[in-house]
Amino acid sequence: MSQMPRFGVVRFPGSNCDQDAYHVIKDLLQCDVNYLWHAEPDLKRSDIVVIPGGFSYGDYLRCGAVARFAPVMDEVRRHAERGGIVLGICNGFQILCEAHMLPGALVRNSNCKFICRTVQVRVESSDTPFTSHYAKDFVASIPIAHGEGCYVADADVLAELESRQRVIFRYTSTSKVDSDGNPNGSLNNIAGICNEGRNVLGMMPHPERACSTLLGSADGLILFKSLSMALHAAK
Amino acid sequence: MQTVKVLVTLKPSLLDAQGKVVQDGLHALGYNKVEGVRIGKVIELSLADDAANVEEQVTEMCQRFLANTVIENYDIEVLP
Repeated sequence: MSQMPRFGVVRFPGSNCDQDAYHVIKDLLQCDVNYLWHAEPDLKRSDIVVIPGGFSYGDYLRCGAVARFAPVMDEVRRHAERGGIVLGICNGFQILCEAHMLPGALVRNSNCKFICRTVQVRVESSDTPFTSHYAKDFVASIPIAHGEGCYVADADVLAELESRQRVIFRYTSTSKVDSDGNPNGSLNNIAGICNEGRNVLGMMPHPERACSTLLGSADGLILFKSLSMALHAAK
Repeated sequence: MQTVKVLVTLKPSLLDAQGKVVQDGLHALGYNKVEGVRIGKVIELSLADDAANVEEQVTEMCQRFLANTVIENYDIEVLP
């Protein structure tokens, strides 16, 4: 029997991409979706947890540094440890790094500016529940909107990410990854990485903002479609 | 009350984009001898008089929360 996953979208004070993600999941994927309030340690039986973009807790101290203490985050961590799927977008990626669920950190863009524009990112691996419907090396047009999206990690971590194909998205301007396409100074043009189990993904680009050709690009919808089939793939 | 000052700075290996912009500003004002600017933050903690092992405690706070040791260094100064 076909089984569609149930999604949960976390809401922190300061989240601002929660409704976009909710809309895509409910109206375009036609999957069940609930908001998950930061103060409640309850994932409402979600199969897939989305940590959306925004400025959780005003990004005080460092982006994502305070969100990791939210009661809901203990449940998100347990969910991930059980192999459950977690997608962190933009501020969600920063939160996952601060929560040590992904390695490395995101620092201020190298040009010191908040950048809000569509960029090209190459899909480096189809071997995740997030990217199973993309062809490897597909170049997707997806917007970014961040001031602190420059991915950094020490050399050992970078080597580990590369050797295990854990870099999932890379900024590019053509089909061959080139530094011209790197908007924020991220090491190795990294736009998104996954954990060792490949069930936790953090990415700076906003796939939920690229789900309709009418609005510029539907390349992000492929990620959500991949997720909607994730439970099948797991069986 | 005991006061502790924590200075958090970006690791030297990382580009301090903010510092670079401020350096450009200083150059624009004619301070051409400025060869580098690094910007950090100061966190001032007030601890109870009977707080013990202050330096050890604050080090732990830095490790766990006040600094992200992937990207930042910290210095702790217990004020007299």
